[in-house]
Amino acid sequence: MGTYLARRAVHSFVSLAGLLILVFFLARLTGDPTNLYLPLDATLEARQEFAERHGFNDPVIVQFGRFLSGLAEFDLGTSIRKHRPAADVVLEAIPVTLGLAAVTMIVALLGAIVVGSLAAYRPGRIFDRLASVISLASASAPDFWVAITAILLFAVTLGWLPTSGTGGFAIEYWIMPIGVLLIRPFGLMVQVVRGSMLTALSSAYVKTARAKGVTERAVIFVHALRNGMLPVITVASDQAAGIANGAVIVETIFGWPGVGKLMIDSILYRDFAVIQASILITAAVIFTINIVVDIAYAVLDPRIRHH
Amino acid sequence: MGAERNTAAVPTAAPRSGARVVLGLLWSDKFAFVAALFLIFVVSCAVFGPLLLGGTATSMNLRLRNFPPFTLDHGWLFVLGADSLGRSMLARLMVASQNTIAVAAAAVAFAMTVGGVLGLMAGFLGGWFGNIVMRLADIIMSFPSLLIAVVVLYMFEPRVANLVLVLGITRMPIYMRTSRAEVLEIRERPFVAAARVMGASSFRVVFRHVAPTVLPTLTTIAALDFAFVMLAESALSFLGIGIQPPEITWGLMVAQGRNYLNVAWWLAFFPGLAIMLTTLSLNLLSSWLRIAADPTQRWRLEIPRGRDG
Repeated sequence: MGTYLARRAVHSFVSLAGLLILVFFLARLTGDPTNLYLPLDATLEARQEFAERHGFNDPVIVQFGRFLSGLAEFDLGTSIRKHRPAADVVLEAIPVTLGLAAVTMIVALLGAIVVGSLAAYRPGRIFDRLASVISLASASAPDFWVAITAILLFAVTLGWLPTSGTGGFAIEYWIMPIGVLLIRPFGLMVQVVRGSMLTALSSAYVKTARAKGVTERAVIFVHALRNGMLPVITVASDQAAGIANGAVIVETIFGWPGVGKLMIDSILYRDFAVIQASILITAAVIFTINIVVDIAYAVLDPRIRHH
Repeated sequence: MGAERNTAAVPTAAPRSGARVVLGLLWSDKFAFVAALFLIFVVSCAVFGPLLLGGTATSMNLRLRNFPPFTLDHGWLFVLGADSLGRSMLARLMVASQNTIAVAAAAVAFAMTVGGVLGLMAGFLGGWFGNIVMRLADIIMSFPSLLIAVVVLYMFEPRVANLVLVLGITRMPIYMRTSRAEVLEIRERPFVAAARVMGASSFRVVFRHVAPTVLPTLTTIAALDFAFVMLAESALSFLGIGIQPPEITWGLMVAQGRNYLNVAWWLAFFPGLAIMLTTLSLNLLSSWLRIAADPTQRWRLEIPRGRDG
């Protein structure tokens, strides 16, 4: 287990390095930010001075070297848009997205476990067929369209919820973003839970449990669910990147100051330092989640633990 | 091989033609049947729509600006209303379906071909090459594909070819992994050993003997992936870095309609509905296909449904 985790960590590190190199050079190819930040009639000297100050005059490879040496001291550069350390800008946005993602994941996971288990308990019945179609529909929904339709219905027409913005912990600001974000992971996970619970419920150990007179509730939630959870956890961890995708859309539409919106804005403004910092930190978070999931796997499944 | 498949497809003694059997299986799942009909409709819109309605979709009629849907006052072309320049929504939806479908199909074909070949070679050659391919798949998979697409589409201009390329690359890992895993298992089988003994080159073994065995699995994945790619393309077009006007796709139509949400809800609603119904149909059909193609589950579709359960 220890060696496995170590290997996993090394792999993650290599992937992270590859990603970073890719993004560094790709971002540099998107164009010169000088024209975006200086007025059109800026003098040549002013342009030179701007490029010099931010180091855009040096060859890209020199810029990359400077980036690496900064990285060794945990210095991710300065945001040319906000005139602050890029790391600070990103670290401010991370909690917003993480909060959004965490609440979404918990609600989607709990909902999927309940709906999927109930559907698998009596396969082919009306609830099962309904759950199948609804979960397929929600896995097929374009999230940006759902967001717009929800704004139209709940904010514009009915006036129940605010159209956008964040209000700290005020629940009415959270309902629509969470609702939109959880649609796809929920749909996918209902199907996975249903599938793995079907297998678990027809297994020998469930028959044994029933035969020795264990209550039906214990059979479902203790015997079957604990075994049925393993594939669900794999899918849930794969959803981490998917939720980050959704967060870009949701944060843009609902005006949440999270990492997704920050990245889109930084790309628009060619704010290279922030692009690199946010990709580095987001990828690190996703890799950490993957490793945590591996550990959770081992805790849940003794067969892996004893390997 | 062919004979084996035939006996599997005919469950009972009565000999029936293959098409009849498939139709019968499809008919027994009503959701899948409707989904198939809808997809046929969408594909014919994509093929014939621009030919028949190309002119109508771009002709403006300013008196019909934001004309509301569900009335036949101005003919059936305006049954879904008109957009902010008085162009028929129905005609625009049909024309947009071509771009939407074509981009998704091209991206899936690209991902399947390149990803499949890379995976085949990784599985067959192994070693450092296999390792590099797998790390590449890890990098692509571990990061939100939407953000990679945004960076790349800013670097190059958002042309159709670049859009296809980006969407294809972000979907490659699944084909790389699947075909590699299949190859690892298949290359130990006797028929591969036999081909080798008879003096076939590695190239021939991979592409002549192993690839045809992997292809059905990849095609199944591609069907599901098509829905995913369509959603991704719509999201990019929605963010303004996918297809550029005056070309239209459904995603772009949602984005354009967003500005008129207060006055004309149908501008954003119908294109989004079209995206959702198409992806839903694809998902319904592929979940039917999974059951129909699985000999241990197919009985669910073959027994007459007396009552549920």
